[in-house]
Amino acid sequence: MGKVIVVTSGKGGVGKTTSSAALGAALAQNGEKVVVVDFDVGLRNLDLVMGAERRVVYDLVNVIQGEAKLTQALIRDKRVETLYLLPASQTRDKDNLTPEGVEKVIASLKKAFDWVICDSPAGIERGATLAMRHADVAIVVTNPEVSSVRDSDRIIGLLDSKTVKAENGERMEKHLLLTRYDPTRAERGDMLKVDDVLEILSIPLLGIIPESMDVLRASNLGSPVTLADEGSAPSRAYFDAVRRLRGEALPVTVPGERRGFFGKLFGRKAA
Amino acid sequence: MLTKPRPIRLKGRSFLALSLAPELPFEDWLAGLDDLAARSAGFFLRRPVVLDVSSLVEIKKADLRELVNELSQRNVRVMGLEGARHSLLGPDMPPAMNDGRPASDFDPAAEDEIAVAKESVEAQEAPAVETIAAAGPSIQVTGSLVVTEPVRSGQSVFFPEGDVTIVGSVASGAEIVAGGSIHVYGTLRGRALAGTTGNGTARIFCRKLEAEMMAIDGFYLTAEDMEPDLRGRAVQVWLEGHALKTGILG
Repeated sequence: MGKVIVVTSGKGGVGKTTSSAALGAALAQNGEKVVVVDFDVGLRNLDLVMGAERRVVYDLVNVIQGEAKLTQALIRDKRVETLYLLPASQTRDKDNLTPEGVEKVIASLKKAFDWVICDSPAGIERGATLAMRHADVAIVVTNPEVSSVRDSDRIIGLLDSKTVKAENGERMEKHLLLTRYDPTRAERGDMLKVDDVLEILSIPLLGIIPESMDVLRASNLGSPVTLADEGSAPSRAYFDAVRRLRGEALPVTVPGERRGFFGKLFGRKAA
Repeated sequence: MLTKPRPIRLKGRSFLALSLAPELPFEDWLAGLDDLAARSAGFFLRRPVVLDVSSLVEIKKADLRELVNELSQRNVRVMGLEGARHSLLGPDMPPAMNDGRPASDFDPAAEDEIAVAKESVEAQEAPAVETIAAAGPSIQVTGSLVVTEPVRSGQSVFFPEGDVTIVGSVASGAEIVAGGSIHVYGTLRGRALAGTTGNGTARIFCRKLEAEMMAIDGFYLTAEDMEPDLRGRAVQVWLEGHALKTGILG
């Protein structure tokens, strides 16, 4: 049985889709079977970031409504053959996502894949709650600024109450992925510092992705940054995050900075 | 065949409501309420509110009706009147309520002097009575609620029965409502409302103060009114008269 990961944040534009694609591609490069599912019905973007926008025939809503088989809707990545995409519908309404339909799709994906990554839409409405509902692990994507942190806090509350795991009395495994982090601006006080974010959210840190032009460039090329430029600072940060996701105890560092200083600063986990 | 209808069941239940005590002149008081509502948007929304009019001796029914209308325009729904004279009540007014305290045997308006005399006697005797009650056989154990996880934004911990202890932080946009005291072993960033069932001896304690609002028995302190040097410190808050007092712990 595969593991279901939801990538969520509450706030929009913090890097959920970018991170879903990057983590998916990084996980798949080890030969494990990975599917990235776009839950943002009506505002889909994952197909663009993964460079598959011209190959979408059927989508998640078609599968849920029984108009297509799951195998027809899955798109295999051209660069990494164990990486798949299940796109969202751009034309249908969000209400077409039914709890029963999502449950069935996730259950069949879990059987066929090692990792099922659910890219959640922004907000706390239907799409977001359905994306997190069947997750085993949650990755909370947060930018180092107050509104993003508060929205993430709200989402963590929902993860602990509105998911199947929470309703069964189990604990949802939650990880913080701090994206668009700029150490110089954080030092100047323009951004929240890592310690401040960790203190507020009190969940373990999965990784810090530095603010970088490489991410934007990769997105515009239609390639996850972990495929487009493996040596870049954000790529290395995503690869490290994947190692931590697999259970490796790896101290968190900001790539591109001297390890000694930041190793001291970030070489620990919260709560 | 005769069918025996099921008996209608009536249950006495107590609910928690916010109690507002309006003061004359109403224009100024309403302005103050608007100010409070503006600073904590949505606070009165969907909450039952009881108007405590016991201190308004000279008010007329028409004035009170206008006040109720003014409040309903502000989305404050008055579900009852506390301490209202019979002449203020009517079928078009919210129903009369009492909060379970023994009702007075006589009309205080008619026998002012006796009432004052009785009150002063009561005030002197009150501590002694309390001690006896505490030592007596019918010890009332107030409940306590312990939350061992951080309280997240948007979450509300509601415990009118007694004290609430949070082992963790209370996030911005979260809310703790307790009948007794509130203890936060972490950072208090949200709202803490202690003593909401009329318990003026309740206190609020937190390891690190960043609160949006704190209240004890209906007396408020918003972030703007807090002394800046208290921010980030371990603080306790208590009620003295009609004012909230704050002090640094440890």
